[in-house]
Amino acid sequence: MRIVVLGVGNILLSDEGVGVRVVEKLEAEYIVPPEVEIIDGGTCGMEMLDQLEDLDGLIVVDCVRHGQPPATPVLLKGDQVPVFFKTKLSPHQISLSDVLASLELTDTAPKTTVIIGIQPASMSLGMELTPEVAARVPELLATTIAELKVLGITVEARS
Amino acid sequence: MSKRVTIDPVTRIEGHLRVDVEVDAGHVKKAWASGQMWRGVENILIGRDPRDAWAITQRICGVCTTVHAMASVRAVENALQLEIPINAQYIRNMIMLAHGIHDHIVHFYHLSALDWVDVVSALQADPGKAASLAQSLSNWNGNSKAEFTKVQDRIKGFVGTGQLGIFTNGYWGHPAMKLSPEVNLMAVAHYLQALEVQRYANKIVSILGSKSPHIQNVAVGGVANALSLESQSVLTMERLLAVKEWMIKLDDFVKNVYLIDVAAIGGFYADWTKYGRGITDYLSVPDIPLDGKGTVFALPGGYIEGGKIESHKPITSFNDKYFLDGVSEAVTHSWYNYSGGNDKSLHPYKGETTPNYTDFQDDGKYSWLKSPTFYGKPMQVGPLPRVLNMLAAGHEPTKKYATAALDLASTVAGAKVGLDALHSTIGRHAARAVGCAVQSDELMKQWDLLLANMGKGDMKTFNKPTFPKGEQMGVGFHEAPRGVLSHWVVIESGVIKNYQCVVPTTWNAAPRNEKNEPGAYEACLLGNPVADPEKPLEVLRTVHSFDPCLACAVHVVDQENNPVVTVRAV
Repeated sequence: MRIVVLGVGNILLSDEGVGVRVVEKLEAEYIVPPEVEIIDGGTCGMEMLDQLEDLDGLIVVDCVRHGQPPATPVLLKGDQVPVFFKTKLSPHQISLSDVLASLELTDTAPKTTVIIGIQPASMSLGMELTPEVAARVPELLATTIAELKVLGITVEARS
Repeated sequence: MSKRVTIDPVTRIEGHLRVDVEVDAGHVKKAWASGQMWRGVENILIGRDPRDAWAITQRICGVCTTVHAMASVRAVENALQLEIPINAQYIRNMIMLAHGIHDHIVHFYHLSALDWVDVVSALQADPGKAASLAQSLSNWNGNSKAEFTKVQDRIKGFVGTGQLGIFTNGYWGHPAMKLSPEVNLMAVAHYLQALEVQRYANKIVSILGSKSPHIQNVAVGGVANALSLESQSVLTMERLLAVKEWMIKLDDFVKNVYLIDVAAIGGFYADWTKYGRGITDYLSVPDIPLDGKGTVFALPGGYIEGGKIESHKPITSFNDKYFLDGVSEAVTHSWYNYSGGNDKSLHPYKGETTPNYTDFQDDGKYSWLKSPTFYGKPMQVGPLPRVLNMLAAGHEPTKKYATAALDLASTVAGAKVGLDALHSTIGRHAARAVGCAVQSDELMKQWDLLLANMGKGDMKTFNKPTFPKGEQMGVGFHEAPRGVLSHWVVIESGVIKNYQCVVPTTWNAAPRNEKNEPGAYEACLLGNPVADPEKPLEVLRTVHSFDPCLACAVHVVDQENNPVVTVRAV
């Protein structure tokens, strides 16, 4: 069993970096079992190929433009996942989508993929999240933990 | 009547590039390159600790993370005139070289080969004939009939489902696609093998850089890797041996597949040595320092004027005055304002980053990229300038691989392909592969140098920086995969006062400068053929040959549901 929780985004562009902030918090506050790898993917693409190969589950946390008011969370599963990669909901998904398409080509794509996202309030230059999005980070973290549970993984809070 | 073709965005690149061309009688007569993202990272750095700048700047981009980290620490070290331990230099060198090799392999196979290779045509190939052809070119062990049959079946399965996946946006069946089905199959097989091989380069970066993506081991003053031949949890002999093994596997692919494919495909497309010449003023910087100060380098750099090798002027140290004094940037046609007037060009130490968006004005402002110049002239940077400057400086390994590539291209083309052919669209690909073979040799040399130095008992990797009161200025340059990268920092009493990044794609994709002279993409596109304005594959060939990477910005511009190519009469 191999599972990856992948936070993606550019931390220099305020809410764009929310995915990275959520996985940093997961790593700081919880102990995950060895079959789960937490990756701060930043804005990277093909460098992640190796780490995302032959996964049983991939959980992507990202900033997603889904046409809802700012700071509205969204959970994409099943048929919605390919749609996420086909339409331009997230500014850097081109490279992540290339990685996943390459994995399809080599028959090593993840067995399941879910996207946990949130509508950004701002993507202007800055290293802090906006207060609206920052307030939702605990909720995004809880969703991440719930999705790990769906895959049969329990995490333990650090004391 | 001419037609105006707008490609927005140019696909299979990192970041957002728009290219406009005016096509008349099947050829480009005017071109504009426009960066569609604002790069304001410099503003984030002002007021911060110079020791943190590298970790922030490496987040600018998804492709070139390590290169910004390196240029940044070099800039701060240059400002302090801080020497770093030789072990740190070797470790940084290996990270840069492995990163460069990774970048070149991915660029050729995954981001640009599909401009030349028709995936759908590969389905018609005879795998046996394809294997014989491939074996006649190279003794690579992945060239068997069985391997090629397996690849063809895999692609058939893909196409059969109607889902081309990663191959969706190709111009399959375009009249400019000239390779036989067998050559196409060979190239597609190597495309898949390259996906396997590129990971070795990435593993090297991960182990030496402590993390991937985004390395963590760099520090102003050296690297944070603790060295030991025995102890665990540091860079041990066991890890270094694993790194060596990956280097050997990479080297096999680079020399026996990548270099061969580029030379052979170049030979089949010998026509394309006539297009894409453009700017032949070539700038590169020396890299892979062999001392702690950056006064001796394994790979030479310099300036070549008008494509004439004999005009080479060397750049020889991290304090090279000729380089430092020569760089400036204009914003006459860029969406910025300079406080002293937009007809001026500013040295990076005095650089300003104040946005002023106007919309796309053909004769006014039309890009988020500035226009850098070297002693007032636009430059081409990248693998071609690098390789030509290394040849001019008499670098023997470069000569060896360049000769091998040109000889093979000549055999395939059935006519002499000489050095002059490199000043072209296909020549940039050839130069990249030649440079990559040189880097692969150098990567193994750096490993040997590190081990030899550790064998002497020297385990030092870090010299602590101290920040004096007052103002210091420094430049950090690096010959990155896409060419000359420089970071310019002004520090005042330990805090960043000004910061400017002059990145390779800014040199190449620059808009017209203060004298209205076009940037390298714009100049190289003139005369480029375009058979069908609705399918401007040939324009993409020339633009992709530079390996564009504009993510040094990633400011989002909404582009949902817009067509990629639009054509209108002018």
